[in-house]
Amino acid sequence: MPSHGETTTLPTIEHNTPVSEGHARREADPALNPALAWTVITPARSWFDWRLRQLWRYRDLIGLFVWRDFVSVYKQTILGPAWHVIRPLITTLIFTVVFSRMAGLSTDGAPPFLFYMVGNIAWTYFSTCLDNTSKTFVANSALLGKVYFHRLVIPISLVISNLIAFGIQLGILLAVMVVYALAGVSLHLTSWVLLTPILVLILAGYALGGGIMVCALTTRYRDLSYLVTFGVQLLMYVTPVIYPVSALPARYRWTASLNPLTPVLEGFRVAFLGVGTVTPRELAVSFVTMLAVLAVGTILFTRVERTFMDTV
Amino acid sequence: MSTAISVEHLSKAYRLGTIGGGTLSGDLSRWWAQVRRKPDPTLKIGQEHHARRVGEQFWALEDVNFDVQQGEVLGIIGRNGAGKSTMLKILSQVTAPTSGQIKVRGRIASLLEVGTGFHPELTGRENVFLNGAILGMTKAEIRRKFDEIVAFSECEDFIDTPVKRYSSGMYVRLAFAVAAHLEPEILVVDEVLAVGDAQFQSKCLGKMGEVSRGGRTVLFVSHNMGAVRRLCRRAVLLDGGRVSMVGECAEAIGQYLGLSNSTGIWRRTAAPPAGSPVCLTEVSLANKSGTLTSTLASTESFTLNITLDVSAPTPPMQVPVRITNHEGVVILTTSNVDHTRTLVALPEGRHRYQVTVPGNFLSPGTYSLLVAAHVPGFVLFDILENFNFTIEDTGTIASAIGDGRWGVVTPLLLWERIEESKGPARLLANEVKT
Repeated sequence: MPSHGETTTLPTIEHNTPVSEGHARREADPALNPALAWTVITPARSWFDWRLRQLWRYRDLIGLFVWRDFVSVYKQTILGPAWHVIRPLITTLIFTVVFSRMAGLSTDGAPPFLFYMVGNIAWTYFSTCLDNTSKTFVANSALLGKVYFHRLVIPISLVISNLIAFGIQLGILLAVMVVYALAGVSLHLTSWVLLTPILVLILAGYALGGGIMVCALTTRYRDLSYLVTFGVQLLMYVTPVIYPVSALPARYRWTASLNPLTPVLEGFRVAFLGVGTVTPRELAVSFVTMLAVLAVGTILFTRVERTFMDTV
Repeated sequence: MSTAISVEHLSKAYRLGTIGGGTLSGDLSRWWAQVRRKPDPTLKIGQEHHARRVGEQFWALEDVNFDVQQGEVLGIIGRNGAGKSTMLKILSQVTAPTSGQIKVRGRIASLLEVGTGFHPELTGRENVFLNGAILGMTKAEIRRKFDEIVAFSECEDFIDTPVKRYSSGMYVRLAFAVAAHLEPEILVVDEVLAVGDAQFQSKCLGKMGEVSRGGRTVLFVSHNMGAVRRLCRRAVLLDGGRVSMVGECAEAIGQYLGLSNSTGIWRRTAAPPAGSPVCLTEVSLANKSGTLTSTLASTESFTLNITLDVSAPTPPMQVPVRITNHEGVVILTTSNVDHTRTLVALPEGRHRYQVTVPGNFLSPGTYSLLVAAHVPGFVLFDILENFNFTIEDTGTIASAIGDGRWGVVTPLLLWERIEESKGPARLLANEVKT
């Protein structure tokens, strides 16, 4: 019969790890080692307890998740990256044929193919991010049900991972533009190109904020996710993706300005094609609205993140 | 010694029914029904009589209190549904408590399931970093311990191969190695010892012992009473969401084995088989101290009691008992006529048999009993099937040595040392020469 005394005679592993000096120093000073502080696990948490410092400590994990997504899509598959090339090209081609050739929609004088490609790339990034982040809890329930890490790590890493595809598509856009330039079509890259990172940041912010908002609500209402897929499709038509704002009749133009995504889409076209109607002020308003959406999303997300495992 | 974990009035309720019903349309139709004062159309029928269900809530944990000292290895035991997993989920912050709180000193790492977050396409090296980061390490920390982790996992040669090409053993070894090198102040271990081969298991146990000797605290949740007894000095016994006892490990295990919702007794309630002169009326299991229970200790003997009524003299017959394990393998068949070696006719009246099954014989697990009364090949008078019982591991040889030995039974056979010589062993060749 085994007895308690046996605990001390358990087989020890060969390499008994000496406590390294650095580690000892870390342990001695509670300020350097947050691990030794008391953690209190309580039922309720404030609406604004976002634990951003903790999120910052998980930055390596965000990087590794992005790396994982990158490797799992691009390792050993030829179609992985090719897909990001084929999809926007074909969609753009269809848009060009349907909306430009058949419907005869205006493209503000820019080459239709390039016009639709810019809109398509920006919109694809936004809608993919929104879709992915809104499924955070459901898609990762196995992982989230076992380990705790800051729950925003996953949606943030998704928004960053999608930048890879966005970058590839932007590269193709530039390649197509070079082809156009060689064919003698005059192009108008403007200084707004330098604002591209900010435009992307705004798109990412809306997608992340909206995504985690939906994510928080879908833990309670599963059927909301269908509504979102449908809603994003509708949103594309009320956002100037396949038409310029200038094509709207003057008395309806104010509706476009209600949509905070409008200046971003127009901004992209101003940057790469030199066509579009957007002012820096509109963009700034869009940026501020984005921060508000992000804040509301984070509040809702913080409310449910601790108990979503009980309902998913 | 200082307190590492302090659980105070912890309760966790899961909501059932109306709130969080799942769909927006469901909630809307419920609301519409309420407006019209109609009954809730989405409420399930027949769910209202659950033991721990109060209104719309199910209390998985109710007012749980206990403290864990730093450097202690505390066992958490209890039957399925006792609240062990909920406890661990709250401790590892996967879900929040409903009321009460837990104060924890230091970082908690849980080995709820090793290999969580492993990605098959990534190499072993990449997975070590990913898994380490998921468990809360920074890249720099992982880099510092990388060589040690790989050495512990014994996967050096394959570290740059995608883990989808790993054998399941290698996979588990690598995953455990990452978790074992977390150096958390508190380690929560849930049944991880069930994985890997015997050698690796003993290495894991060793690592856990080392962790606790290094002043870290370990919470060990297991159904393997042998392992709990071996590792823990103290244990918390949960039953029905409440702490049944906190105290000496052996005492808690004893009480755990006594807890059983199945009383270990079967009595005939239906009408006896028509026209049959023999009828089984009662079958029961009792542990060594005579308590009726279907949860039995692997190290102790137990008895099977059979009562049958004979209403008319029978032809020569027997009463066999068959024990089948959970995989459907028949472990043995034994019968009342084994010692007489011939079938026996039973006179009218009530007959009682007692069969003693020795301890250290059946391996831990669930078994099914079959009891019958028949004339082999001619008449089946009566039969009782699927009478289940459980053998709890109270320290089998396999768990004591940790060798994960093979075999459906673990009997203690007689081993004797026939020859013993002092000094170096003689070579066979020398023997031949002389």
